[in-house]
Amino acid sequence: MSDASTGALSQVLTRHADEVRTAWLDAAAAELHGRSSRGELDREQTEIFEALVGGLADGGTTLRDAAFDQLRGILADVSAARARLGYTPRETAMAVFALKEGLYALVSDASVRTDITSLLRLVDDLGLYTFEAFAEAREAIITEQSEQLLELSTPVVKIWDGVVAVPLVGTLDSARTQVVMEKLLNTLVETGSEHAIIDITGVPAVDTQVAQHLFKTVVAARLMGAQCTISGIRPQIAQTIVSLGIEFGDIRTRASLADALLDALESGGRSAAEVTG
Amino acid sequence: MNDAIPILKIGSTLLVSIQVDLQDTTALRLQEDLAERITTTGARGVIIDISGLEIVDSFIGRMLATVAAISQVLDARTVVVGMRPAVAITLVELGLSLGGARTALDVDRGLALLESDDTPSAGATLLDAAKRRAQ
Amino acid sequence: MTTVAPTTTQRLEVRGDADVVRVRQLVRGVAQEARLSLVVQTKLVTAASELARNTLVHGGGGHVTVELVTEGARTGVRAVFADDGPGIADLDLALTDGWTSGGGLGLGLSGSRRLVERFSIDSAPGAGTRVEIVTWSR
Ligand SMILES: Nc1ncnc2c1ncn2[C@@H]1O[C@H](COP(=O)(O)OP(=O)(O)OP(=O)(O)O)[C@@H](O)[C@H]1O
Ligand SMILES: [Mg+2]
Repeated sequence: MSDASTGALSQVLTRHADEVRTAWLDAAAAELHGRSSRGELDREQTEIFEALVGGLADGGTTLRDAAFDQLRGILADVSAARARLGYTPRETAMAVFALKEGLYALVSDASVRTDITSLLRLVDDLGLYTFEAFAEAREAIITEQSEQLLELSTPVVKIWDGVVAVPLVGTLDSARTQVVMEKLLNTLVETGSEHAIIDITGVPAVDTQVAQHLFKTVVAARLMGAQCTISGIRPQIAQTIVSLGIEFGDIRTRASLADALLDALESGGRSAAEVTG
Repeated sequence: MNDAIPILKIGSTLLVSIQVDLQDTTALRLQEDLAERITTTGARGVIIDISGLEIVDSFIGRMLATVAAISQVLDARTVVVGMRPAVAITLVELGLSLGGARTALDVDRGLALLESDDTPSAGATLLDAAKRRAQ
Repeated sequence: MTTVAPTTTQRLEVRGDADVVRVRQLVRGVAQEARLSLVVQTKLVTAASELARNTLVHGGGGHVTVELVTEGARTGVRAVFADDGPGIADLDLALTDGWTSGGGLGLGLSGSRRLVERFSIDSAPGAGTRVEIVTWSR
């Protein structure tokens, strides 16, 4: 840390607030041309500026200090909001780095005799922190979206009183099969259904892992007191299952979803399963 | 700390609802108490409601299977009801089965299952409902 | 945030039956803190229950440490089960589904290995047993 105390830095910033803020706002607005309105930027910068001045007054020297808890919180929120709105990482970080323009104005101001080098360094940290927070928020959004996509691609529907079904279409990977498994079992409880049908007519092929997950779903359903039928197994998949040596012996399979439904209705109240293996 | 789990009697059925995280000794005690109560009451069925359990590990799993086996010897049937989906998925991964225990979604269905065992004709209610609806 | 989250390590002695329940509750709490999904939480807690019971029954008692761990944006839970008991002579055998030296089902070790993301075991006759498990939020 250089000579200037954090208290002195906080005072300089407060005294020259207008000057610094104007230069900052101009620079940020130029960087984000049209993306954010000046009003929005101004509001955001007011928050950041106040938290920065407050943190310095409380003796904060590096961004990690407890004095800057509030500042970090604000930066993280701003970054997350920008990530959601589709800003680029550059735009997000530059809005903070632009504060340096305001500080340069102080350096060239002869009336300011405080050494603000440490402040410039702190702004670098703010910018980097913003960048990281942005990256994390982005990652979280991507995960969320791919999960939503998974959910969407596996519609579990109640097709009759006491019967839920999930028609699977397309290639099944292990992750998707696991999502199906969980969703199907949860739906059994939510709807109080004793029958589940997994229809794989639209699935061209399965690998060992997927076949195993399907098998486990059936066993888990039984443990919960429900009966699970797999319908629409294509010849190729039947071959895979046999060649993999998976015991499908006591799993109920039917040619079509309609057959499976009929079967579920016929077995009526006596659906609860004898649990084995 | 080691309170016994209460066993209720409804008609010829014993009902146990496990609400707390079971200590091993409590589980063993429940197993013994149930065996005792089946003989003293001549119960024909036992329903163990585990909807309150957040996990079932090999110890509890074995207890459930043992109760089922004991009840079978004493001419009664055991139905385990209300297993949560996350618990079921975990049990399958663990590689555990509940032996001869039967399962049902909830207590009502467990009771119905025990009844239908006595009177097998009680079956096709769903099909009847479907036919009514189709008209 | 990536700013080093202070990972607090919590430790529990495993001396009796009630301690196994405490281990489950502790692991559940940390798993929730780590924002593990319900199924992942359930698997982890079940594995912890098996391992804590092994520490008690086969290891003659010991201790468990549980901590929240972070790696970039991911959070996870690490738990270590340690005892100074007799140790395990044949690890491969002990990890075989259904193998038990006593009246168990022999699913504790092999099963809990399937329930977590990382599983490592360190044991030798007379040198005690240490099992470490880790599971991540996604
Ligand atoms: N901490 C330990 N110290 C010494 N031996 C152990 C320890 N943990 C496991 N073992 C040995 O490994 C074997 C397998 O353990 P595992 O947990 O799989 O089965 P189990 O405890 O016998 O039965 P259960 O299925 O009820 O857990 C045990 O029987 C025991 O011999
Ligand atoms: Mg064990």
